[in-house]
Amino acid sequence: MDIGQIQAYAYFGFTAFLVMVLYGYIYHLYSSEKKGTRDYEKYANIALDDELTDKPVESVSKKDETKKEEV
Amino acid sequence: MENRPLEYDYTVAKWFMIATIVLGVVGMLVGVILAWQLAFPGVNLMLGEGLAEYTNFSRLRPLHTDAVTYGFTVSGIMATWYYVGQRVLKVSMAESPFLMFIGKLQFILYIVVVAAVVVSLLLGFTQSKEYAEFEWPIDIGVVVVWVLWGVSIFGLSGIRREKSLYISIWYYIAAFLAVAMLYLFNNMSVPTYFVAGVGSVMHSVSMYSGTNDALVQWWFGHNAVAFVFTTPIVAMIYYFLPKESGQAVYSYKLSLLSFWGLMFVYLWAGGHHLVYSTVPDWMQTMGSVFSVVLILPSWGSAINMLLTMKGEWNQVASNPLIKFMVLASTFYMFSTLEGPIQAIKSVNALAHFTDWIVGHVHDGVLGWVAFMIFAALFHMAPRVFKREIYSKSLMNTQFWIQTLGVVLYFTSMWIAGITQGMMWRAHDEFGNLAYSFIDTVTVLHPYYTIRAVGGTLYLIGVFMFAYNMFMTMTAAKRVEESQMQNTSPMGA
Repeated sequence: MDIGQIQAYAYFGFTAFLVMVLYGYIYHLYSSEKKGTRDYEKYANIALDDELTDKPVESVSKKDETKKEEV
Repeated sequence: MENRPLEYDYTVAKWFMIATIVLGVVGMLVGVILAWQLAFPGVNLMLGEGLAEYTNFSRLRPLHTDAVTYGFTVSGIMATWYYVGQRVLKVSMAESPFLMFIGKLQFILYIVVVAAVVVSLLLGFTQSKEYAEFEWPIDIGVVVVWVLWGVSIFGLSGIRREKSLYISIWYYIAAFLAVAMLYLFNNMSVPTYFVAGVGSVMHSVSMYSGTNDALVQWWFGHNAVAFVFTTPIVAMIYYFLPKESGQAVYSYKLSLLSFWGLMFVYLWAGGHHLVYSTVPDWMQTMGSVFSVVLILPSWGSAINMLLTMKGEWNQVASNPLIKFMVLASTFYMFSTLEGPIQAIKSVNALAHFTDWIVGHVHDGVLGWVAFMIFAALFHMAPRVFKREIYSKSLMNTQFWIQTLGVVLYFTSMWIAGITQGMMWRAHDEFGNLAYSFIDTVTVLHPYYTIRAVGGTLYLIGVFMFAYNMFMTMTAAKRVEESQMQNTSPMGA
């Protein structure tokens, strides 16, 4: 097998791998939403509720979140 | 002591907004002068023979490209970062005196670098790499400014209240990381005075030579388009369009997918600038293929933006700010389709070195980049200066004048470019060229004039923008923060 053939197989393999990664990512996005692990669409609200007084969509500190809920 | 509630601090954002306006006026004014010079060469001597050195096309051209790219656009990116960054991370600059100091220092050093760039380019100091003309001492200044921006991004992210990084932040981070890498590697050079005792203190030579130099240059050059003119502008539209329209992004999942798609594909597309050159053939093909694939992630973002307006299209008619953003998004789709077409080898054989390329760049930057920056600044102004936008009708007029300007610009350059390409390659049955270079110049003259008129119309719009913003800062009616949840308040 000469270098050209090795390059061609490597190119094909790499492309196939990237296609799998791409579709795997799409599957991951939808399946984790279906399983209820993570709701990606809620992050769109970060832009809409962006006042300092707004409750974070997902708070860094759990304490902050409960404190705000109590208020 | 008065106990005031915590507020976002827009000091640095305001400074960069003013810089955006000033550098936009300067950069585009120089561009219009160049357009008239191309149509009427006598304009090269507009200040007389004695000053021709400073007013000729070759001195002013890098000043135009660098002023609009690294002046107008980068200031716009910084202005929006210091606004959007705080808001989507839900943390105020006022909470960190350190980050406030970094922001102010970044702005001051940025202005110093801009001044050095203007002076050195006018004096003729250049390392002769397109969009990377600055000589090595200025490059060091650029790197310092950029590192300070990184400190700001990661510093502000470090003290955030919002756990997830909104999609715009991803795009800003991508712009920061990619430009850092591109700029450093493309500007690797040897200062000849210090290394060999030869030439001026400012002079340097590239560390790469020949074809390698060209490859690194266009890896940089095309990705300057990607990470200065695309990713941070996408960051802006993902924040400002939902915010102004009150609509959440149509599909957040699509925004994530497009992000990773864009990140992976863009970095490989630069080879299309070197089609039919001495770089290996497979690299040219790869550049073409990746350019075509690039349509997918680019359209993913653009379609996501247009679908965000689903059911709310009435806002396009009533709100000039939405008009700017919808047109920007449309021009983004248009130029990201046009670019890949030009990158196809057979099309490139005709298009390369012609005015069609110039047309492509300008429908991208005038229609997409600048329109988005105008919209972002218009959205920020009432919230930052606590005043309504001075004149809605002036905004509308600006929109239509500039749209006409862009259309005149790119249509004339399409016709000019394709005519030029066809004339260059035309030959008789024995292979003798059918036309000499001056034949093309004569034929293209009317189109160059139309382009100059289009550019002038666009510049008039920029002056309207500057006036509207100045009046908003100083004379418009005051408004309360509570009145600004979505749509920006604007005067008649």
